[in-house]
Order: sequence, then structure tokens, then C-alpha cells
Amino acid sequence: MVTIKELPREEYLLKGHAACAGCGPATSLRLLFKALGNKVVLAVPACCTSIIQGPYPYTSFAVPLQNILFESAGAAASGIAAALRQRKIEDTTVVAWAGDGGTVDIGIQALSGAAERETNFIYICYDNEAYGNTGMQRSGATPYGAWTTTTPLGKKERKKDMPLIMAAHRIPYVATACPSYPIDFVNKLKKAKEMKGTKYIHILAPCPIGWRYDASKTVEMGRLAVQTGMWVLYEIEYGKFRLNSPSDKLLDEAKRKPVKEYFAHQGRFRSLSNEDIERIQHWVREDWERYRALASN
Amino acid sequence: MVQVKIDTANHIAGYAAKAARVKVVAAYPITPQTTIVEKIAEFVESGQMDAEYIRVESEHSALVACIGAAATGVRAFTATSAHGLALMHEALHWASGSRLPLVMAVVNRAMGAPWSIWPDLSDSLSQRDTGWIQFYCADNQEVFDTIIQAYKLCESEQVFLPAMICLEGFILSHTYAPVQIPEQEEIDDFLPPYKSGWVLDVNHPYSHANLVSPEWYMEFRYMLQEAMENVKRLIPKIDEEYGKRFGFEYGGLVEKYKCEDADLILLTMGTMASEAKIAVRRMRKGGLKVGSARVRVYRPFPVEEIRVLAENAQMLATIDRHISFGNEGFLASETKAALCSQKDTPLITGFLAGLGGRDVTTGTIEKIAEKSLKYLSTGKVEKEIEWIDLKE
Repeated sequence: MVTIKELPREEYLLKGHAACAGCGPATSLRLLFKALGNKVVLAVPACCTSIIQGPYPYTSFAVPLQNILFESAGAAASGIAAALRQRKIEDTTVVAWAGDGGTVDIGIQALSGAAERETNFIYICYDNEAYGNTGMQRSGATPYGAWTTTTPLGKKERKKDMPLIMAAHRIPYVATACPSYPIDFVNKLKKAKEMKGTKYIHILAPCPIGWRYDASKTVEMGRLAVQTGMWVLYEIEYGKFRLNSPSDKLLDEAKRKPVKEYFAHQGRFRSLSNEDIERIQHWVREDWERYRALASN
Repeated sequence: MVQVKIDTANHIAGYAAKAARVKVVAAYPITPQTTIVEKIAEFVESGQMDAEYIRVESEHSALVACIGAAATGVRAFTATSAHGLALMHEALHWASGSRLPLVMAVVNRAMGAPWSIWPDLSDSLSQRDTGWIQFYCADNQEVFDTIIQAYKLCESEQVFLPAMICLEGFILSHTYAPVQIPEQEEIDDFLPPYKSGWVLDVNHPYSHANLVSPEWYMEFRYMLQEAMENVKRLIPKIDEEYGKRFGFEYGGLVEKYKCEDADLILLTMGTMASEAKIAVRRMRKGGLKVGSARVRVYRPFPVEEIRVLAENAQMLATIDRHISFGNEGFLASETKAALCSQKDTPLITGFLAGLGGRDVTTGTIEKIAEKSLKYLSTGKVEKEIEWIDLKE
């Protein structure tokens, strides 16, 4: 386990990157490189990171990066991993780094295929709960009630539970994370790096532009998501489910903050009615009963 | 020692991938391509081929996995047909734009709807603008030879582009014919180890294919076009060198048969050229000055060769196993386009034949030649697009 003091000082997300102020994904990228070092090959489909890396002829990443088609991060990583194996290069980690649209919607097929083939790579979905790069359109990861540019009155359906879909692939490692809990995220990456096969990490990555909150509050938004139980930190290691801190202390409903505290700071939830909030609170309660059952197995 | 295999063109394509020492194959099954990847699976599983075979979940992923592999510094191969190729469409652009020297066998099959599994060229021809080199083969031997030649061509510093090796479904894919496979050492001598313009390398980290502003995008496109022009120069050289070493030559970009003194030249692509040769021989016995020319390389289009053909001939008749709906076959259009700026051009007429696998026999070709000669005798093309053997 790494502590905050043991994080490497080296930065592989360089100055001059093009992320927005308060970008949750950019913070996550910085942590990704600190955890994995620079012996990493990244496959990046169309997503905010297509922009964050900077335009030709520049790059703000100190690792090689293959930009690739929107729906194909899993497939590109498969080809890269196969070629590295053929070249007998064993000290390089293949990472697919994709947004929620590129993962839970258009990219789910290539990801599912890569996982089923037991491709040796880490797939990271950084989830800002909408198509951020194209201007905040609804995705399968957008939560119920959230405003997006294509759901101006709020999304009518619930968020897809992608980590558990990946767990159904019986891959060795599935984890959730949030950059507001950096040490948890870094340790999960380090664990994933040492494992063979497909490792899937799903990060809730707050986005001030899309979620309509002040850019200085990104860390706070992630914390509120976890503290209210809207986002749950856990890992599934070889099929064994475990809640991670601080989510592991929230099995007792009384310790969770009410979901409305999470909504209060975000413009995207402005149109939620009291009934909507009650409904979501009920769903959170239901979800936690599932996690309780998973954790007790 | 040269091995002679009596096998289908699909199996032969598998032998060619093995002989080229391909390191990563990613493929998804589709009729009539399947026996290529089955053969490769057999080679890989039995240890005869030192390669990774990625059994992807779609053609789109097949090509993207090949892009990933080629970008990581190894030779990659895939194969597909019809709807599989259509599903790859955006990845075709990505491969050529990334300047990766991939080789793909395309077993030509008609596009649905309605479903058809039989051959025509509409699948690969509709991908003509994707920046891929396109070869069209006329027999099993040429399939083997062209796959080997294509890697050499694509991996040339002056090219770094991907290539499709097109072969018509069933007519070639499932038809047995003898093929000579040279000694592995000689192939290795002809085809050096994999080379690409760039590679994903942790010691030299670059972002590949990242956002390019209008300030640079045109220059990238210009360079791709320049590479295509280089392909035109290199194919005849590679074809000649291959011919000297292994005994098979295909005329470079266009294979000509009795064109020197021909009044009428029949322009074809793919296997139809074999029927055309027989028809030409037969008609010549009857005193008719007919020749045949096979466009072996469709992209880049052999404009200069078409102009040379047009210098002496009085008439060109194109036979397309394909149609661009609302216009005509591409071979007809592009032949006309190649000649429209020239003086004293021959008459040009276009025929559509063999769509969806309908047989194009020597009799069909003779019928086409007779109609063309009739136009030539009157000096007037009555029908610019004519469907042959169509049920009335």
C-alpha cells in the first residue's frame, strides 16, 4: 500500500495540457501515471483526453499514446498487447483510457470482447456521466434526473451499472475509484498492474462544466458522491467483493449523508423534484442492500 | 525447393501470411472469407506459424487490433468480405491515415440487401477512397504472390500505406488450383523484417493521430497522395523483381493480353480477365483484332497505363462487376476520366456483368465484344451503360 508521501514526484502528465480548470479526469490521469510510471502504452478513443493531450505537433503526455476510434479502445489494446507479447516486451503496461460514452455505450462491444479473450491490460473508464467532449450529451452512464444537452428536462432512465457488467465477465479484477480518494485509486492501479488478464477500473470523475458546479469544488463533489452512497468504492478481486474505505463504513444507512446534499451543489440536478430525490434515495438504499449481500459472500 | 500446393485461394492466402512471417492476425469469420482464418488458426495452433491469432468479436475490432499491433512494431494481417469490410469502413481510414503497412485479404462478395454470398466487387470498390492500395487477383498463384509483394510495397519508406488483396469469392476462394510456394529462405530474402514509419515506444513517447488543426491537415493528405504516386512507380519494380526471383509476373499495374495491335480492348478486373483472354484468342482466330487488359491495381488508378492503351486502340469496352447506383461502374467512369483530357480518344463503352456471382463466361465476353465492335463500325455508342445477361 502506497501512502501519500510515497507517491513519486515525477510527473508524466506535463504542463500545458488542455484540460478545463477543475477537470476530474485530468487529476485522475496525473494519478494514473504516478501509480504506473512511464512504461505504459495508452490507447485512447475519442473522449475528452483526445483534447487534454494537446494538438499536433505537441503532446502533454510523457508516455506513448495511440489515439483510436471511439468504439475501439478494447480492440486497440488487444492488438498492442499481442504485439508486445510477440516482441517479448514484458515490462510495459497496456492501458485503455476511455470516457463513459466510449465505454458503456459505443465501446462496450470491443471492451467485452477484449475481457472475454482475457487480454492482458488495464481498462479505465473515467466517467463524467455524459459525452463531455461533444458538449454534455446524455450517455448510458448519466444518472437519473441529470440535465444534459440532450435531456434538457433531466434524464428519465437510470445509470448503467458498468462495473458489475464487467464483473460478470469473470475477469480477475474490477474496481471503482474516484480522484477525491487518490490513495485508494493509486493502490488499485498498482494492484491491477501486478495482475495478469483484464483489469477494469471505473472512476467517477467529476466535471465542473457538465455538472454545473464551481471548478474549485471537484474534490468535494467526488467526496459527496461517495459520502452519500451515490458512488461506492469497492473492488472485486478474483470474484471476491470488498468495500473500500470510506465506503466500507457506510453499510449503516445512518452514516450516509442524504443524497440531496450531493445534488444541492450541482446545476445539472436543478430540476429534480422532491419525489425524484426520494426515488433516488430509495434506489441508493436498494443498491446498498445488494452491496451488503455481495460483501457478505 | 519450390513446393507445389493444389489448394484453394483462401488456404493459399493463409500460406502467404505464414510465409510473410506475420506476427499478429486478428479476424472475424464471414463467408466466403472463413477458410483463410481457419487455415491460419491451424498454422498458429500447430506451431507452424509464430503469431498471435486474436479471435475478435467483430470486423471493426479486427482491423483496429491490427492497427494496434502494427503500431506496436509487428507485421499484421486480417481478412474479410462484404459486410465485414463495410463494418471496418472508418477503421480503413484510420489505418491509412496512421500510415500503417497492413495487408488484408478481401474475398469479394456482393453487398446486401438482399443477402448474397456470391461474388462481385461492390464491397471493396465502395472503399476506394479510404487510402488503401487495392490489388485484384485473377488466380490462386497471384493471391500468394501479391500478399508477399504487398508487404514489401507497403513497408517501403516511400509508401507506408495499407493494402487490400482482393479475390473473388468462390471463383477463387474455394477453387483448387496448383500454386508454387517458394522456399522460405528465398521469401525472407525478398521480404525483409517488418518496418513501419513509427512505433509506440516508451523510450520515445509521442501522441499518434492526435488532433490536427486546419494548419496541418491538408499536408497530411498531400503526403498520403504522394505515397500513392510512389506506389505507381514501385509496383512494376517489385513485380519485376518478384518475377525474376520466382517466375511469376503480372504486368505491374495492368496486365495486357494482345493489346499491341488491337482495335478493341476489353478492360476488366479480377477473374473475368481469364475468360476475356480465352474470348480474345477465339475471336482472333475469326480475324477480329481484340485485346484484353486487366486492371490489377485499382488504387492507385493506373491513369498512365490506360492512356497508353488508348493510344493505339480505337475502342475500349469496360466490364464492371459492380455498379455505382445512379451512374455506372467505377472502371467505366475512371477510364473515361483518365482519357477526357487526351486528344483523339477512342470510343468508350461500359458493360455491367456478373453482379452477385452470375457467371461471366467466355460467351458473355464475346457478346460484349461483338456489341462493342458494332458500335465501333458505326462510330457511335448506342448505350453508355449496358447490363449483360439481364432477365427481361
